[in-house]
Amino acid sequence: MPEGGTYFGQYVTIGIFALVGVVLVLGTLQLAKLVAPNVPDTDKYTTYESGIDPIGSGWAQSNVRYYIFALLFVVFDVEAVFLFPWAIVFERFGTQAFVEMVIFIGILAIALLYAAKKKVLEWQ
Amino acid sequence: MVDTWQLVVFWALFAMMGVSALRVVTSSNVVHAALYLVVTLMGAAALYVLLLAEFVAWVQVLVYVGAIIVLMLFGLMLTRAPIGKGMFDNDQRLVAAVTAGALFGVTTWIIVDAFEGQKITLSKATGIRAESIGDVIFSSFVLPFEVISMLLLAALIGAVVIARRD
Amino acid sequence: MPITYLLILSSMLFSIGVYGVLARQNAVLILLSIELMLNAVNINLVAFSAMFGAEGVAGQVFALFIIAVAAAEVGVGLAIVILIFRNRSNVDVDEMSLMKW
Repeated sequence: MPEGGTYFGQYVTIGIFALVGVVLVLGTLQLAKLVAPNVPDTDKYTTYESGIDPIGSGWAQSNVRYYIFALLFVVFDVEAVFLFPWAIVFERFGTQAFVEMVIFIGILAIALLYAAKKKVLEWQ
Repeated sequence: MVDTWQLVVFWALFAMMGVSALRVVTSSNVVHAALYLVVTLMGAAALYVLLLAEFVAWVQVLVYVGAIIVLMLFGLMLTRAPIGKGMFDNDQRLVAAVTAGALFGVTTWIIVDAFEGQKITLSKATGIRAESIGDVIFSSFVLPFEVISMLLLAALIGAVVIARRD
Repeated sequence: MPITYLLILSSMLFSIGVYGVLARQNAVLILLSIELMLNAVNINLVAFSAMFGAEGVAGQVFALFIIAVAAAEVGVGLAIVILIFRNRSNVDVDEMSLMKW
């Protein structure tokens, strides 16, 4: 494990970069706000609908299919997280780690097969 | 020197997470509430980095901020929550505040009573790398690890059955 | 760093989550508050893991498991909320009192 100084030193570098990024964006936006003429008008806040007056609210119901895809992403994201420590210890553990991960991925593959069988992966 | 800076960063994170968590439960805009939760979760990730738990910190960013919040925003879009201001609180706010305050008071009292004087020596502590986490998961915690995959399978099947439009 | 600081931060987040669960009406916002509470538990585990040094690996492994469980919980919870929305076209928990005795 790195010593305290270098470990935190590296994160301080990341923090400074993040800070510069935030300041750059916020600073530019503030600058634009200072320079731009400010003429408030309620018409400017309405939704743009090809020039005609908008009807109803700007909120549209999304298709529930997006949710299934987002959930598939979450499931395989969690799987990927466990692949990292597995890959590191794989050489030392050998067959044991291999079998454990095959079972893990196999069970999740059933989930994918089920989703495919129920035709939620197809986009009609 | 390092210890002082750790405390400074800790209190900054404490304030940031406290304010954003309060905004999560009081914001009158549902999308803002979800985005304030992102701030709280990122604060927790920074706290894990401070506690030398690098791997957990980045898993927090990957899974929580990257995936769970996306799922939450999908949930908000699918349930057509009014995007503007609205009333999302019920009439038991006072009771809820008293309950939460009492809970906080009691737990704080117990914590101070039980753990006062115990310190985390971060500069000397040997941080835990992904390697030792892998060692433990694939030797001692194999069963919970496989059960996690069963849980994810059940969650996905359940969600497909419930959310599918027949 | 005294461990009490971290535990108090965790108990503060947990209490805020409890307030959110009790005071919110929108089911998705209740799920957000539950995420706060799960996160408070994770902070506790990582704090104790840091206190025990190299022997505290189990704390971090449990934190990873809790993150995975939280992902599954949100998946199913939101699916239920979406189903309720489809049947009743709102997600106010105060109106879902059919199974209340």
